[in-house]
Amino acid sequence: MEEGKLSRKDFLRRTGGLLAASIVPMSLVEIACGGRGKGTHEKFTFAFISDPHLTHIKGTNFVRNFDSGLNKAIETVNLMFPRPDFVVFGGDLAQLGKREELDHGMELLSKLKVPVKFVIGEHDYYLDMGNYWQDKISKLNYSFDHKGVHFVVLNSILTYDTWIKRWKTPEERMNEMARLDNPNGSPFMVGDDQIAWLKKDLENIKNGTPLVVLSHSPLYKIYKPWNFWTDDAEKIQSVLSRFDNVTVFHGHVHQVLYNQIKNISFYALMSTAWPWPYPESYTQSPHYIPKMTVFMNRQDPFHERDGTGWAFVNMDNAREEMHYKLWENKDRIVKYDDSAGHPVDSTYQKPESRILPQTHY
Amino acid sequence: MDYPHTFRDKSKSKILFGIFVSVFFFTFGIVSLVFGDDWEKSNVDKWNAAFMETVAQGEKLFHGPQLGGNTVQCAMCHPNATNTHPETYPKFQKQIGKVSTLREMINWCIQNPLQGKPLAYDDPKMIALEAYIMFERRNSVLVPGKH
Repeated sequence: MEEGKLSRKDFLRRTGGLLAASIVPMSLVEIACGGRGKGTHEKFTFAFISDPHLTHIKGTNFVRNFDSGLNKAIETVNLMFPRPDFVVFGGDLAQLGKREELDHGMELLSKLKVPVKFVIGEHDYYLDMGNYWQDKISKLNYSFDHKGVHFVVLNSILTYDTWIKRWKTPEERMNEMARLDNPNGSPFMVGDDQIAWLKKDLENIKNGTPLVVLSHSPLYKIYKPWNFWTDDAEKIQSVLSRFDNVTVFHGHVHQVLYNQIKNISFYALMSTAWPWPYPESYTQSPHYIPKMTVFMNRQDPFHERDGTGWAFVNMDNAREEMHYKLWENKDRIVKYDDSAGHPVDSTYQKPESRILPQTHY
Repeated sequence: MDYPHTFRDKSKSKILFGIFVSVFFFTFGIVSLVFGDDWEKSNVDKWNAAFMETVAQGEKLFHGPQLGGNTVQCAMCHPNATNTHPETYPKFQKQIGKVSTLREMINWCIQNPLQGKPLAYDDPKMIALEAYIMFERRNSVLVPGKH
């Protein structure tokens, strides 16, 4: 651990020695980059909570264990010291985009003692095409600067008009979109209007400014049948290509996943609701899981919160260090390896080093 | 006692038995050709259609709220029945505490994350779920007992 960086041990100590530290389904991100001059820029942290999928049953009843996942994340953020500057919410607050679900989610999130930056997910969007979200919660795409870092929020879950018009009712459209393995699915995209907005937004940002892009779906292509996919990903990557240091944090995939495409590092965040299997476990169609990714362990269904987890990232001079914390599983540290030119798992990258459950059924 | 007579009768009954057996197998052969369960394409298609119909019912149950009490669906954790691994059952299932079958595990999921009532092991719904899971996991290597 280099001087000036926050070690994991220190980090845990600073979180107040929380017993809850091993059960926090969110990600704390420490940014210490702020450009080339090390130490000349202000360090800060932000937390990342994603994919709670709050599900309305009837009346005031909601699915208990999805509520408890989000509540654990919120409570832990509030207990953290130092307190993060803000929380990024990574999308899929609701399961079926219902007002009951969004209202319930906002009520739970209102307990957070820090401001929230919202990213919309497809489960929040396809019932009313994001109207309620825009009225009550947040804009769908926007940018902001924080202590020398430029943040861009993209709405990456748009899709084709032909697909949207295919369904008779908003409920039918929402249900079709909510099913991950839907053969009638349609891939996500950011869309040309938003890409034009992005270009304009970045016009006056210098190449050396650290750029953090927040999206719901991964801004690269992994597996089309489950919509781990953004159709116009290459267009967005090319807009980002002139920057020295770009990191994309996304939700949606509910699993540990990382990738490097040219100048862009991609990191998936965990869900607070449930984990998803890796697409390679379905053998009927080809997938593009990044070869560098070391899978998280298959979750144990006996443990309700297993397969979800939390992480924090150190960023220093354009090199991020991602710490994944997984319940019932060993910690993971993923560091950018200069010689390899991509992130590498510090312990488990070599197949012979993997712990037993990483290859189990 | 008329021994020579008996001898003649014995040989006669052998012949009769021979005729009977030949007639029986000839008739049986004809009958099975006409009415038998033979491996014609139309039959194979019919059986496959019955199986795929059961798979379709299973797929519907797998993607619907009707098995549980809280609208949660199997496919939320198991898209395309992944992470079900029927090819590894029977195996020791930690939360059940013994070597268990796929049907026992299906019921565990129905009772816990789905907060529903368990199905009888011969319930057509259970068979449909099993058919869908097996179909989606086709070509997987059979490794019973593996976790």
